[in-house]
Amino acid sequence: MNRILATARSEFSIAFRNRWVSISIVMMVLFSLVLSAAGSAPSGELGVDRLSVTVASLTSLAVYLVPLVALLMSFDAVAGEVERGTLPLLLTYPVTRAEVLLGKLLAHLTVLALAISAGYGAAAIAAFMVDPAAVQGLAALWRLMWSSLFLGATFLGTGYAISALARRPSGAAGLAIGLWLVLIVLYDLGLLAAVVADNGGVFTTDVFPYALLANPADAFRLFNLAASQATSAAAGVAGAANTLPLWQSLVSVLVWPVVALALAIAAFRKVTP
Amino acid sequence: MTQSLKLKQLTKTYQGVTALSDISFNVAPGERVALLGHNGAGKSTMMKIILGLIGYDSGEIEVMGAAAGSASARAATAYLPENVAFHPALTGLEQLRYYLSLRGENPDKAGALLARVGLEGAAKRRIGTYSKGMRQRVGLAQTLIGKPKLLVLDEPTSGLDPVSRRDFYELLDGLAADGASILLSSHALTEVEARTDRILILSKGRMVATGSLPELRAAAALPVTLHIIPRKGGEAMVQAALPEAIVGLDHMTITCAQTAKLAILRRITALGDHVADLEVLPPSLEDIYSHFSRRDGQ
Repeated sequence: MNRILATARSEFSIAFRNRWVSISIVMMVLFSLVLSAAGSAPSGELGVDRLSVTVASLTSLAVYLVPLVALLMSFDAVAGEVERGTLPLLLTYPVTRAEVLLGKLLAHLTVLALAISAGYGAAAIAAFMVDPAAVQGLAALWRLMWSSLFLGATFLGTGYAISALARRPSGAAGLAIGLWLVLIVLYDLGLLAAVVADNGGVFTTDVFPYALLANPADAFRLFNLAASQATSAAAGVAGAANTLPLWQSLVSVLVWPVVALALAIAAFRKVTP
Repeated sequence: MTQSLKLKQLTKTYQGVTALSDISFNVAPGERVALLGHNGAGKSTMMKIILGLIGYDSGEIEVMGAAAGSASARAATAYLPENVAFHPALTGLEQLRYYLSLRGENPDKAGALLARVGLEGAAKRRIGTYSKGMRQRVGLAQTLIGKPKLLVLDEPTSGLDPVSRRDFYELLDGLAADGASILLSSHALTEVEARTDRILILSKGRMVATGSLPELRAAAALPVTLHIIPRKGGEAMVQAALPEAIVGLDHMTITCAQTAKLAILRRITALGDHVADLEVLPPSLEDIYSHFSRRDGQ
């Protein structure tokens, strides 16, 4: 445990010096505030409090931004050590590769937690300023916060796995961006196209919901929308959120980080320093 | 357990190319062993195998009585890689605090360790601003953490100026006196002279010689060179007494086998006042090293 904490401390210093802490905080705050300002118009008519509406908007934001920030922080984790030549020395220390990755994960999750708290917090304060009933949305906000961290952990783990497989930072960066595009953007587009082409057939009823669960970002979106009272305020895959029980998306949200980290550790073990 | 390090018939090939072939040697506690060889001779490969960073094909290896790379072997071993590198964003102090924590030591010892290698002034600067020699000192400092029983140092003195180099060897002498085994590599025999108990010479992945410096000197049996400077007016006398000498501008040179050296010296001393000065030049360390590393097929 001490070795994990020591690694985390060292990695956090590095993230801080590399401006990752400030960049991710500024990014999250900026996007959150823009979103909450842009989403202010329809709230009165829906009969839900401002914060719940804000959470629904933040969910859509988090699906894009949290994986992106996580991948940007993690793609260098192993490949960077290989390229700098710092890995052989580190691996001669009495520390396991799993401990090294867990330490990095802890540091990067802390950065994410800071950014998420700052961003969502700013949006929540904005909601409270215009709507005293926003207290009703606090539960949804809390859920969004911790599930965002789980989403972040999934993509941090995936980033480490990519980093270990690519072994060069440039290759890892390309793979990370490609993965983000595929999982976050193209996956939904592909599913949408399939649903349209299927026209209410077997794919739409039997495959589509599980295809959503299989993607950590979609599962995160489903979980937050299904649990939120503001489902009606959101667009997109929200319809599917009602067809799946909450526990299924919850399981996906909780299991993906473990799977991603296990993949990362397996890939890291194959790296010869 | 009597040996810190045991290698027996160790063999390693990389995609069909033999990197190490049939290497056997032991290192005892407190012993300082130098590993010499050209670039590509297999020094770094052997060190990485000893550290458990890479695998090997056949043979046996034991580090502090355990398998190479095992938790107990790693806990007892310190490593200084060739061209040691650190994250440029960390300060020297932060980097050492991290390494101390990894070895379960108090991170507050970092300052004292940096002072021991003369880096106290730069402790709070980022390593990215350090010179190569300073990074090398950080690397040395981290090998001193937690009284290691085996130190594996890959070209430890590269990038150090002569004074720091001497300080470094003094540091090693202290560690060896405390019972630590030291395996260090170098490609210059001159650098390890008198600072190691035993020398191993690697050439193309094979061990071509092993022994102390005097033993290697004897085994090489390279000729000795004598420079004789005759006194003014005595040149003819000297030349007559030593017909095999080659006459140079201001001195005469005799090259002879080790065994013939004393007999010739006796003839020279018999010349008495006719000889102004005499220099005996044993084969240089580079000569001995080239002799062994070249014998293998070149």
